Amino acid sequence: MYAAPFEYHRASSVQEAVGLLQRYGDDAKLLAGGHSLLPVLKLRLSTIGHLIDIRRIEGLSGIREAGGEIVIGAATSHAALQHSQLLQQKLPILAEAAAQIGDPAVRNLGTIGGSLAHADPAADLPAVILALGSELRVEGPDGSRTIAADDCFTGLFSTALRPGEILTEIRVPVPTARTGTAYEKHAHPASGFAVVGIAAVLTAGTGNTIAQARIAVTGVGTAATRAGKAETMLMGQTPTPDLLQLAASKVPDGIAARGDLYAPPEFRAQLARVHAERALLRAWQRMR
Amino acid sequence: MATVMRPNSLVGTSVKRTEDVRFLTGQGHFTDDLTLPGMTSAVFVRSPYAHARIRSIDATRARKHPGVLGVFTGQDLMAVNPLPVGWLLPGLRIPERRVLAVGTVRHQGEAVAVIVAENPYAARDAAGLVEVDYEPLPVVVDAEAALAPNAPRLHESQPDNSAFEWSIGDAVATDAAFAGAAHVIKQRFRNQRLIANAIEPRACIASYSAAGNDLTLWLTSQNPHVHRLLMGAFVLGVPEHKFRVISPDVGGGFGSKIFVYPEEVVACWVTRKLGRPVKWTADRSESFLTDAHGRDHITDAEMAFDARGQIVGLRVRTIANLGSGLSLFGPSVPTYLYGTLLCGQYRIGAIHCSVTGVFTNTVPVDAYRGAGRPEACFVVERLVDLGALELGIDPAELRRRNFIASDQFPYQTPVALAYDSGNYAPALERALELAGYAQLRAEQKQLRAEGRYLGIGLSSYIEACGLAPSQVAGALGAQAGLYESAQVRIHPTGKVTVYSGSHSHGQGHETAFAQIVAGELGLALEDVEVIHGDTAQVQFGMGTYGSRSAAVGGAAIHMSVQKVKDKARKIAAHLLEAAEGDIEVEGSNYFVRGSPERGKQFGDLALAAYLAHNLPQGLEPGLEAVSFFDPTNFTYPFGTHIAVVEVEAATGAVTLKRYIAVDDVGNVINPMIVEGQLHGGVAQGIAQALWESAEYDPQGQLLTGSLMEYALPKAEMLPAFETDRTVTPSPVNPLGVKGAGEAGAIAAPVAVANAVLDALSPFGIKYLDMPYTPSRVWAAIQQSGRK
Amino acid sequence: MAEVTIAVNGVSSSHSIQDRMLLVHYLRDVLRLTGTHVGCDTSQCGACTVLLDGVAVKSCTVLAAQADGSHVATIEGMGTPAALHALQQAFREEHGLQCGFCTPGVVMAAADMLRRNPSPTEEQVRSELGGNLCRCTGYHNIVKAILRAAEQMRSEQQSPARAVPMAAAAR
Repeated sequence: MYAAPFEYHRASSVQEAVGLLQRYGDDAKLLAGGHSLLPVLKLRLSTIGHLIDIRRIEGLSGIREAGGEIVIGAATSHAALQHSQLLQQKLPILAEAAAQIGDPAVRNLGTIGGSLAHADPAADLPAVILALGSELRVEGPDGSRTIAADDCFTGLFSTALRPGEILTEIRVPVPTARTGTAYEKHAHPASGFAVVGIAAVLTAGTGNTIAQARIAVTGVGTAATRAGKAETMLMGQTPTPDLLQLAASKVPDGIAARGDLYAPPEFRAQLARVHAERALLRAWQRMR
Repeated sequence: MATVMRPNSLVGTSVKRTEDVRFLTGQGHFTDDLTLPGMTSAVFVRSPYAHARIRSIDATRARKHPGVLGVFTGQDLMAVNPLPVGWLLPGLRIPERRVLAVGTVRHQGEAVAVIVAENPYAARDAAGLVEVDYEPLPVVVDAEAALAPNAPRLHESQPDNSAFEWSIGDAVATDAAFAGAAHVIKQRFRNQRLIANAIEPRACIASYSAAGNDLTLWLTSQNPHVHRLLMGAFVLGVPEHKFRVISPDVGGGFGSKIFVYPEEVVACWVTRKLGRPVKWTADRSESFLTDAHGRDHITDAEMAFDARGQIVGLRVRTIANLGSGLSLFGPSVPTYLYGTLLCGQYRIGAIHCSVTGVFTNTVPVDAYRGAGRPEACFVVERLVDLGALELGIDPAELRRRNFIASDQFPYQTPVALAYDSGNYAPALERALELAGYAQLRAEQKQLRAEGRYLGIGLSSYIEACGLAPSQVAGALGAQAGLYESAQVRIHPTGKVTVYSGSHSHGQGHETAFAQIVAGELGLALEDVEVIHGDTAQVQFGMGTYGSRSAAVGGAAIHMSVQKVKDKARKIAAHLLEAAEGDIEVEGSNYFVRGSPERGKQFGDLALAAYLAHNLPQGLEPGLEAVSFFDPTNFTYPFGTHIAVVEVEAATGAVTLKRYIAVDDVGNVINPMIVEGQLHGGVAQGIAQALWESAEYDPQGQLLTGSLMEYALPKAEMLPAFETDRTVTPSPVNPLGVKGAGEAGAIAAPVAVANAVLDALSPFGIKYLDMPYTPSRVWAAIQQSGRK
Repeated sequence: MAEVTIAVNGVSSSHSIQDRMLLVHYLRDVLRLTGTHVGCDTSQCGACTVLLDGVAVKSCTVLAAQADGSHVATIEGMGTPAALHALQQAFREEHGLQCGFCTPGVVMAAADMLRRNPSPTEEQVRSELGGNLCRCTGYHNIVKAILRAAEQMRSEQQSPARAVPMAAAAR
């Protein structure tokens, strides 16, 4: 496998990367872990003139807590997420989901920013980021701005990032006490991608009620999305296994399920229901 | 290691492998690891269409690309003969299969041009500049559909797309058996198409020296001499003595590296044309699109039982998808390697099987691990389970009742074969014992009450391997005998080099064959070196496939060792001034009966043979022997495997909880290696049942064309295997071995299938196509109406 | 063209290479370290697994240019025929290899696995092998070999990082 020729640039700062993106425009792509981009180039499914390597930009990797938020650099590897003690304490769902991406070698290089910006419909992290109510910091020629995760995933391999912008940080609010989270996935036996992935975040209110429910789905439609109908059913309610099952059954509603050889649309919807129920049950257990 | 060993003391022990050290330290030499001075790179331009007429090929831009040395199409290679077919059937239709397409392409990925350049980058870049104008033609991928009257026609000469009609057994007797039967089970089976996916992709390096008119080909081959003979004599017209084929370390084959493929032929042509070495290495995507595929049968089968559960008849009608043309041994797989195995381990009074081979717009189909025998085993063992269900007899008990008894061997089946030896019940009983069968059935009952679906599946398999008695093979259509050769050369210092016509691509021959020789000669293992895979070093060879290496190749080595020992005994008798008949051999010690302390060591005899100062009158100096072993029969390994699965009704997910295998492969040379072979076969067999399938869309596009879609098993998808063996030696070779390479792949698919369908029996589901993916199982449960 | 300086198995060298060259091709074609193999196009098979700055990566999915300034450890640096690494020895003892093609990648992945978890369970070993395909062994003996090596390395109190010098050097 030999890619078509391109020029490799290693950016030492975000500003330099933004400048390179401006200079080369459509003929440039950012390279972080490379695990989505390089196979495409090797198979010559796409050609590109310039690759801008942002993996080693100082400050673009790392996980820290600041002002009630967990701040994750876009070039942070999946392995770093998986093994982060901070995440295991504060955002276990993110570590749990990262541990299910690809395989150990892929996780060592693949990055959270790359995964979110690539927006593969079967990627794991978009669902988790959505369920956690995160924000994405991006930097472009006109400075930086923030995109709410809810506004980020606009379609098949497309996001709200504008041409020339670089995703720099993911900011996740630290969940309040009595929040339970869970990620449930049905992995494709060959690719390991999510045929269906469900991220559930339940926050308890007074008594045993659910004050807030956020459920996000990946793998089913063309982009990761929230399951609004199911969330609404849970809000303010006192959960029971039956209620969670009922809500889970609504998770595929409103999502045009994709179909392929491995999972036709109706089966994807069924997997979404089953995994949503599991995710909700686990999140509920952790919430209590 | 002790200097003196008992005869055969090494055979039967789990000696660690000699070859491991080089592989573990990165010092193996696989074809793509090699580089020759001035070597160029070849890349093939392949058809994106499954069926199209080539209107024109414009390579002008590609030829001008920097670094490009040549671009060649089918028109340039018209002097190269079409690819050969090595197994003929009566009335076989053989369409011409050219190495680069001429006029028409018939499967996605068929090569239409080759680019040769200074390096792989330039070759790849230029490949994108070749402009091929295709006129797409109608496509047919399903074999049954291809037989329909208005189906697209692949070859002008075969209006109905059929390659052959073949049958075996007695149709009249079978009809009679069915007429008198108490129960008849009918089932349609689809044995899906598979892709071998050896982890090393195919590769070759061809190098020509005009000065000596010498052509050398390094090739990922399971049988370098077969490649040399076929390519030299039939395809390229190159004299065999000026053509050297070297098959160095090869990273797995599973059948896919037996055959003559277009790429190595083109590489040989190109190196002669350009006068520079040329290397081609397949990308994995090319492996998917060009390595011969396996299986792909549609079968309608019926099994007849009498009132007591005795199988009285079997009727099988199979449509075999052969792909776009005939691969080298394609015709043999769904016929002689399939129909002849339909008797299983059972006394079946009458069998009839007919097979139609069909051309479709898919990759040609040929032998893949098991080759015909897994398909036969599936039909028989699934029908037996269906019979058990219908008759209300436990599947283990029904098998027991029908087994050929241990005193009935050799056993003549109604489908041509005579089983060499067997003792089926002990293997079944041992498997049941290992599984804890009675407890499993109790657990199954209990779990069902909780809405959990445990399944237990048995497979009592038979295989024919140790291919093959040459006269029989010839009578069945093989275009060559299937003997094996071995040369055992003793050096003056008593060290040994063995030249074997078998080829190891993972099977551990360098160790196992050395065990045979060192054990027989009373030498240390490290005193014996095994050479294979080089036509310039090894006299001749038929290669490795059909689980034949130990039974045929090993037997040839054993023969040569006996000849060496006979000569050593003559020399010993002479030196000890005794009659030859009085010489006894114990390990390396040759002595006059009763006086072992005054014996001659084998090393001394070797030296004497080469010094030749004092040899018996008329005895030639030197100590070496060549043998060709031609077996008198196939060998017939057997055993019983048991799979335990759990099916989750909500998602259709199948979990393989346990896998128990009791195999009888006759005597074993190295139990560790044999176990490893069985594990690997079982893994591939399980994978057929649960994950693997080559799927085409109606336009002939391979939907499972990468490891992103085609699911090879990963470590976490498989359990630890629980294995044991029984030992029933084969009488047809001096080692008593049978063969272990394919057993697992033959037994496992239907063991898992029977387990899954057993788990699904509460839903009334009696059959599902493999692989049992969650969506397929879930959909079947939905449709059952019993969820 | 890119100028790269990469330390492979402790030996640093500089080369001018095409920007598009993959790390695996740099190892195989430029340095002639052919123990690292290519088995697929899509980062599934893991035959090309090496350690990059101490962690396992698939060298078919890394540009050589990305590795500029890095340390790489390959199978050739693990042990010698005369002094096999505990992992290599265990693979031989347990018959954890057949054709040997996937083996270098599996051994490197196992080195990475045991660095992170010196006492894995069988289930963890199987799960952690998700990036390495073996078509010969059915994994049965690979799993046994890794468990055996882990035990051996623990009993020798030999840290996996020490077993893989580059891993330590990189940190």
